[in-house]
Amino acid sequence: MRELFEATIERLFADIATSHYVLSCEGGEWPAELWAALEESGFALAGVAEDLGGAEATWADMYVLVRAAGRFSVPAPLGESLLANWLLSKAGLEGHAGPLSIAANSVLVIDDERISGIAHAVPWGRSVDAIVAIATTLAEGTPQLVLLQRSTAAQVTQSLNVAGEPRDDLSFSDALVLAQAALPVGLDVDVLAQGGAMLRAGQAAGALHALLDMTAGYARERQQFGKAIGSFQAIQQQLAVFAEQTAAAGIAAEAAFTESDNGLAALTIAAAKISTSEAASVAAGIAHSVHGAIGFTEEYPLHLLTRRLWAWRSEFGSASLWSQRLGQQICSGGSAGYWPLLTSHGQQPLNNSASTPL
Amino acid sequence: MPISQFTYSRLPPEAEVLRVEVREFIQQTLADYPPTLSAQSWMGFDAEFSKKLGAKGWVGMALPKAYGGAEAGPFARYVIIEELLAAGAPVSAHWIADRQSGPLINRFGTEAQKQHYLPAICRGESYFCIGMSEPNSGSDLASIKSNAVRDGDSWVLNGQKVWTTNAHHSHYMIALVRTGEKPASRHDGMSQFIVDLSLPGITIRPIRDLAGGEHFNEVFFDNVRVPADALIGAEGKGWDQVTAELAFERSGPERFLSCMALLKTLIDAVGKEPNAMQSREIGRLSAKLLTLRNMSLSVTAQLVAGEHPTWAASCVKDLGNVFEQELPEVAQLLLETEPRQEGGSEYARVLAYLTQMAPSFSLRGGTREILRGIIARGLGLR
Ligand SMILES: Cc1cc2nc3c(=O)[nH]c(=O)nc-3n(C[C@H](O)[C@H](O)[C@H](O)COP(=O)(O)OP(=O)(O)OC[C@H]3O[C@@H](n4cnc5c(N)ncnc54)[C@H](O)[C@@H]3O)c2cc1C
Repeated sequence: MRELFEATIERLFADIATSHYVLSCEGGEWPAELWAALEESGFALAGVAEDLGGAEATWADMYVLVRAAGRFSVPAPLGESLLANWLLSKAGLEGHAGPLSIAANSVLVIDDERISGIAHAVPWGRSVDAIVAIATTLAEGTPQLVLLQRSTAAQVTQSLNVAGEPRDDLSFSDALVLAQAALPVGLDVDVLAQGGAMLRAGQAAGALHALLDMTAGYARERQQFGKAIGSFQAIQQQLAVFAEQTAAAGIAAEAAFTESDNGLAALTIAAAKISTSEAASVAAGIAHSVHGAIGFTEEYPLHLLTRRLWAWRSEFGSASLWSQRLGQQICSGGSAGYWPLLTSHGQQPLNNSASTPL
Repeated sequence: MPISQFTYSRLPPEAEVLRVEVREFIQQTLADYPPTLSAQSWMGFDAEFSKKLGAKGWVGMALPKAYGGAEAGPFARYVIIEELLAAGAPVSAHWIADRQSGPLINRFGTEAQKQHYLPAICRGESYFCIGMSEPNSGSDLASIKSNAVRDGDSWVLNGQKVWTTNAHHSHYMIALVRTGEKPASRHDGMSQFIVDLSLPGITIRPIRDLAGGEHFNEVFFDNVRVPADALIGAEGKGWDQVTAELAFERSGPERFLSCMALLKTLIDAVGKEPNAMQSREIGRLSAKLLTLRNMSLSVTAQLVAGEHPTWAASCVKDLGNVFEQELPEVAQLLLETEPRQEGGSEYARVLAYLTQMAPSFSLRGGTREILRGIIARGLGLR
């Protein structure tokens, strides 16, 4: 499934998500043409169970979709829709082919079928059909997976990330939910933050790869002092570090998706968010340095990637937040538990009690 | 783009089975092994321990059964060595033989050479060292001067090697020397020899390192007469043979686990209620460790598939060395515990020792600049 997914989506993105198109969507323009193509190909429903209308793809399969979205700076909530649909399906609810988003950071209370509260920093919150969130039931205070129709929001406060991608706050006041279910067994109340972190890690891996291609290519072509700048050892050594970071980010992200076959592999996801965020910082700096002034212009597409890396490294928890959670977990187990923890497959829940919420 | 060489692959279940066994073995044989000793990692020498590992079948385990090996795959060996390194087991005696010399002899040796050398390697009783560097040839290895001249049915060796780890404990050196007339290309005209270090004309002098340890040596060859069958592989093809070893030498867990003892003692010294800075740094470093392990396993998977991942192995070693070297730097900022050579806590002594060892991590096995040069070549820049 993976190869087919990758080949198909890359063709789709190459056709539609050109640099010009991506730039024109920045600021909140809804990518109608792109989403129509995605919807027609059914990608958003990839992770939904077959009996609920999906392809029952695993996260290992969906990794290539998310990575490709990162590589092409895709200005649409594809990853968010994959995660939302996967969760709905896990909870026994039907998937939704239209654009969905997720609210990892929210304070929502549900009373029977009515929802009130606020969902923060919802990707493309102003444009999606609906969002998946976790609300607390008024009666028992237990977590409930909810699907909220965007048009029922009482207020939408618009906001944009560094790359001009919408990250909006939506407040609800006694709005009717579209669907709800108990949080599926095996999933943490933190599942949306974990899933979001996994998505951004996967996108960053794709963007880093594209950025390395672009930067190494530029270094081979740009001439100064009568030769390609890539022939200078100082440039070569920087690009080698860039390549190492890109390789590290790629494998960390792929591990997070691959290990998330039943639930989400919290520890591996934490490692992926940390590794990709660090790689983003190192790589964006080197990429700009090697490109010189041309890379600082709007016309040259370098910034489409670097500004996204700067945005994504902070979203769904910075490297610091995940490092702290991971560190806490490790220290509470002491040195005897350390190596066994690292060599297990990262399915353990992460202790997040002592750290700040998203 | 060579980045695509890195794909995630989980250890196969049959390799994971070994993990339980080797953990039990370590618990039995190394109970109460102090962190100050485990800090030596693969520099810790213990002939008895190597023999016990040999008896378990865990030395030279990838070699053919006919020569005492277990024909185990690289993943099985990976599990064994990562468990040993994580525990800081004293594996130095057989380390080079297991990692490099055994596979080299198996690949390039004659039937007689295999029968002669491999069984003792697999028993954990035969130790090897690598004679590549010379006083005037470090990074520029192709500039070596030591040479062997054919004389009847033997070869006569002259010259000097330096920084040879474990030469003073080893039975054999695999030496890279010049053979034949001045070649057209500087990478031609080199050959590898298995030199019996007890032969007359060989002088071995340990060189004390900055922490007072004796691990590496200078080795002099003064008209050392070795038999014709000391030549390993093809005459004049030494360079190709050496570079073929590099993927094995550069991608293993020893390239990022050298400071495991520090990480573990740090975790205990910090305790169960770390402050925000401590938990953040320990978490961040552990994430890197997990990622490096996944990269290293991915190179192992490429080796299993019969590929030659020299490029990917260079990435693992350089990133791994940067990580190992960062550990003492970060540790000393997390607790107000001064490093101690003597006295102080176990953590303080491990910190002192590994702070001093850290510079060597990015020298042995190829320097940072040389590795990054290889990586840049893979990016099409050279
Ligand atoms: C603990 C330890 C164990 C060792 N064990 C062994 C062993 O068992 N067998 C063995 O044969 N050797 C061994 N070595 C030697 C090791 O392989 C060499 O130290 C290494 O290859 C570097 O050579 P050098 O020390 O002569 O430094 P040099 O080559 O002189 O390098 C000095 C500095 O110059 C830089 N440099 C050199 N050339 C270039 C270039 N072209 N471009 C940019 N920078 C450059 C290097 O990167 C380095 O930073 C060991 C070394 C150590 C520290």
